[in-house]
Amino acid sequence: MKAFTTLDGLVCPLDRANVDTDAIIPKQFLKSIKRSGFGPNLFDEWRYLDHGEPGMDNSQRPLNPDFVLNFPRYAGAQVLLARENFGCGSSREHAPWALEDQGFRVVIAPSFADIFFNNCYKNGLLPIVQPAEVVDQLFRECAATEGYMLNVDLPTQTITTPSGKVFAFDITEHRKHCLLGGLDEIGLTLKHEAEIKAFESKHRAAQPWLFA
Amino acid sequence: MTAQTLYDKLWSSHVVHEEADGTVLLYIDRHLVHEVTSPQAFEGLKLANRPLWRVDSVVSTADHNTPTDHWDEGIKDPISRQQVETLDANIKAFGALAYFPFKDKGQGIVHVMGPEQGATLPGMTVVCGDSHTSTHGAFGALAHGIGTSEVEHVMATQTLVAKKSKNMLVRVDGKLPAGITGKDVALAIIGKIGTAGGTGYAIEFGGEAIRELSMEGRMSLCNMAIEAGARSGLVAVDQKTIDYVKGRPFAPKAEQWDAAVAYWNTLHSDDGAQFDEVVVLDAAAIQPQVTWGTSPEMVTDINGRVPDPAQESDPVKKGSMERALAYMGLQANTPINEIPVDIVFIGSCTNSRIEDLREAAAVAKGRSKAANVKQVLVVPGSGLVKAQAEQEGLDKVFVAAGFEWREPGCSMCLAMNADRLQPGERCASTSNRNFEGRQGQGGRTHLVSPAMAAAAAVAGHFVDIRAL
Repeated sequence: MKAFTTLDGLVCPLDRANVDTDAIIPKQFLKSIKRSGFGPNLFDEWRYLDHGEPGMDNSQRPLNPDFVLNFPRYAGAQVLLARENFGCGSSREHAPWALEDQGFRVVIAPSFADIFFNNCYKNGLLPIVQPAEVVDQLFRECAATEGYMLNVDLPTQTITTPSGKVFAFDITEHRKHCLLGGLDEIGLTLKHEAEIKAFESKHRAAQPWLFA
Repeated sequence: MTAQTLYDKLWSSHVVHEEADGTVLLYIDRHLVHEVTSPQAFEGLKLANRPLWRVDSVVSTADHNTPTDHWDEGIKDPISRQQVETLDANIKAFGALAYFPFKDKGQGIVHVMGPEQGATLPGMTVVCGDSHTSTHGAFGALAHGIGTSEVEHVMATQTLVAKKSKNMLVRVDGKLPAGITGKDVALAIIGKIGTAGGTGYAIEFGGEAIRELSMEGRMSLCNMAIEAGARSGLVAVDQKTIDYVKGRPFAPKAEQWDAAVAYWNTLHSDDGAQFDEVVVLDAAAIQPQVTWGTSPEMVTDINGRVPDPAQESDPVKKGSMERALAYMGLQANTPINEIPVDIVFIGSCTNSRIEDLREAAAVAKGRSKAANVKQVLVVPGSGLVKAQAEQEGLDKVFVAAGFEWREPGCSMCLAMNADRLQPGERCASTSNRNFEGRQGQGGRTHLVSPAMAAAAAVAGHFVDIRAL
């Protein structure tokens, strides 16, 4: 996993509530057995005017000029600004894979769906919850200023706006530690191998029907 | 000892290790695996040269990509076929307690297959790379969807890195009116608390109306806990749970059965257990539900109307409503029962079990598909459900009414296979998500119960099943 420490990133505003993972990456792209290459199909149904299928040359497809990701001023954005309940619906990790593959490293929203939120951390993508009024303010500032950038600093858990306003965000110690180090979580868990085995023996003795 | 909720009990009995910040390693008893969210996880194991921690925890089937007709022709889409064949190869290489491949008589939607095989048991932790894993909470199991990195983590370590959710009780008091199903209850709850109302919570469903629901009804309800934002839904164990499990292939056998039942009978919230949030609904007030928009919370009852965004003061909500009505091709204030449908889909992990098919067949019996309805798909949840339905003659009822009787799979719920809506087509669907494009790009989905779907098929528009 890519480590995350600090980022000065261009912000792209996606002003819709309840953006679901079907919208983030439609089902036809889930047939892939790989975990990379989803970026060009991020928000496929909103981003292009035609119907997308795996294997198409996306560079030849007609772009929807009204979709924010296609606005020249947001090209290369690394911070996605979103509304309530971002990432609801399907558990597909292809959603964070597509965001990360497109170049996003941070998503800021008033709330996230639980599974999506959790999946982000496994892929070096930092989801940040901010109060609705802060998100509103960021949307306003982003609309008013072309080239609007935010500084996101994980060690100090802060977002800093171009005018120097600072907003703090929460993250669990475990997630912070993994993101900062870009750590393999399985490797970390396997340090507890003896504990897992001890638990398993006790569990088997209590509920033998759970084991074949 | 302090009174515990069911969720507290299930959680604490699976904690292997706890960090200072509350992050725990949670032991996983059952891992359900399907073809879409597992290939990258198996690939990760191979790259790191890691085996499955516990082969006998894995139960697998192919469901999302499989066709529902012309099985003799196999899977025509080469990338779908590759994904299913990749699962075949991975199970062969890594092993599993049981595997129900494409065309096997036990094959089916993973959340139908698990319970019917007895692979889902009370008191278990159950995970799957699929958000509708919440279904299994109907058995008093702690069950939730996970991403592919977590699929790999469970495969390699038999644990998940997890944080405890808060406790919510949704109590439905009193008796449900005749014809009101678990699906209507689920949609009514989502209409009340919203699609993010359960975010951060495990929801226990309780109250007289829930106790009266069959196991199928409880599964439909817990299935849709995720549409209320809750990763897990739960119903306490009672005699219905135990009766359903008894005798199934992977249920405890003779000498272990009594011990299992004794334990399972403790799987309920204690008197006086504290919930962080309690929501109460009056069962008698729940009418047949129909969604009108592009989020499951955009729901009303059959005698309602499409709402008017002009009446909404919150600008974000108003924008969502306007966008939803434009996408759905609906005018504000249209009576729900005047909305015509093009396609009807009866199936999905929400509503494809035998009881669902019986309810749909009871409406279809002696009636015919309306002329304006282009297609009615009935897709049983598994090969075993299909066989049972055919034994009861339900397939003949559907076919006589002009419905299509298909092979099992996820089908038009998410349209990964060939079953999908065309742009602009309007569908009465027993599935769980009415998101834009969910059933096919440009498709318009209205979520309903199986009886309401069958009624829309014969009437040509939404209709109150109680008035048929």
